[in-house]
Amino acid sequence: MRHAFSVRIGPVGFRIGSDWRAPIAALKTLYRDYPGPRDGVADFTVRLFARRPWRRFVRPSVEIGGDYMLPEAAPLPLSQGLLAAEMAMNLQMALGARRYLLLHASAVERDGRAVLMTGISGAGKSTLATLLAAKGWRFMGDEFALLDPATGLVHAFPRLISLKNEGIAAAEAAWPAARMGPLMRATPKGDIRHMVPDARAIAAMDTPATPALLVFPRYGFAAETRPVPPAEAFIRMTQASTNYVGLGEAGFRGLTGLIAQVPSVAIDYPDGTSAIAQVEALWSAL
Amino acid sequence: MPDALYRGPPEDGLLIAPLDAFTAVYHRASGITHLLTEPAPQILAMLQEGSLSLGALLDRLERDYDLADGTREALAARLDELIEAGLVARL
Repeated sequence: MRHAFSVRIGPVGFRIGSDWRAPIAALKTLYRDYPGPRDGVADFTVRLFARRPWRRFVRPSVEIGGDYMLPEAAPLPLSQGLLAAEMAMNLQMALGARRYLLLHASAVERDGRAVLMTGISGAGKSTLATLLAAKGWRFMGDEFALLDPATGLVHAFPRLISLKNEGIAAAEAAWPAARMGPLMRATPKGDIRHMVPDARAIAAMDTPATPALLVFPRYGFAAETRPVPPAEAFIRMTQASTNYVGLGEAGFRGLTGLIAQVPSVAIDYPDGTSAIAQVEALWSAL
Repeated sequence: MPDALYRGPPEDGLLIAPLDAFTAVYHRASGITHLLTEPAPQILAMLQEGSLSLGALLDRLERDYDLADGTREALAARLDELIEAGLVARL
C-alpha cells in the first residue's frame, strides 16, 4: 500500500497499510517508542483503504480490512483514521488470535500480580487502568488481556489507550505530561482521544503477570462492591472473550483455571477516585 | 419392549470443572461448553461408565447420592435435557 507502518504491541506484531498518509503519520508518532515486530514478521496485517479510487480524495472514507474482515464494518471519515486503524487492529486480534485466550479487559500489575477489569464499553476499563497506573500500578492494557492457557499468566497488550467521553479529562488530569492523539469528536463511540501509555508500561510489556483479581466495574452508580459467584464470572468471561469458542479445550482450561484461581468482584462506582479506593481496598484484602 | 438404554460420552470425552452450584462441562466431541447443576453431572458420570436403563440409573443415583426426591419422571426429564444437549444418547 502507499503508506505503511509496523509495530509490536506486547507479543503481537502488526503491519498497517493505508491509502492515506495521515493515519500512518499519527501511528508513527504515537507508537514511536515501541519496537517493530519480532524478526520483522508481523502476526497481522491491517489495511485502511478507499473502496473506490476517488474516495481517497472526495469525502475520503476509510474502509477497514486486513487478514480478517467484517463485511458490515462501516467506513469512517479520514479525520477518524486513527480510530479506524485501532479498530482494524482490534478486529485482527479478536478474529484471528489463537495463541492466547483474549479477554476483553484492561489490566494493571503490581508485584507481579495483575488486576483484570472487564465490562461493556463505557464501564470504565480504560479510565480505571489509566488512573491506577497514575497511582503506581503498571499499565498492561486497556482492551485485551492475553491469557496464556498453558501457564495461566496474563500477557500485556499496551496499545494506545482509547479514552472516551468523560474518561478523556480524567486521564489527562492524572497524566498531564502524556502524549495524546487528536481529539476525535462524535465518533460511533462518542468523543475519543488516544493516549500513549507511560514509558514503564512500554518497557515492561514483555513481562507477564499472575492474575490475582477479576473486577467487573460499572460506572455511574453509588459505590458498591459485591462478590461475583464463580459460575456467573465464568459466563461473563466467556462473553468477554472474543476467541473462547475458537480456542476449544485450551480456552476451557484457561478460563476455568482463571476463575478457580482469582476472586471475582463487581464494583459500582460514581467517579474515578472512588473506584481507585475500591480496587485498592480489594487488593489489600487479598 | 425392553427398557431403553442411555449412554454418556466416553470417559475421556468430557472436561469437568466444578464452579459452585454449577459445573462447567466441556464436550470434546462438539467443542461446546455446558453449565450443569445437580444431578446432571452425576448422571453423566454414571453414564460414562456404561450404558444404563432408566430404572438402573435411578437405583444407582439413589444409592450413591441419596436422591430421596428422585422420581422416574424427573430423571426422565433430566435425561431428555441431556439428550437435547447432545451429551447423552438413547440407545
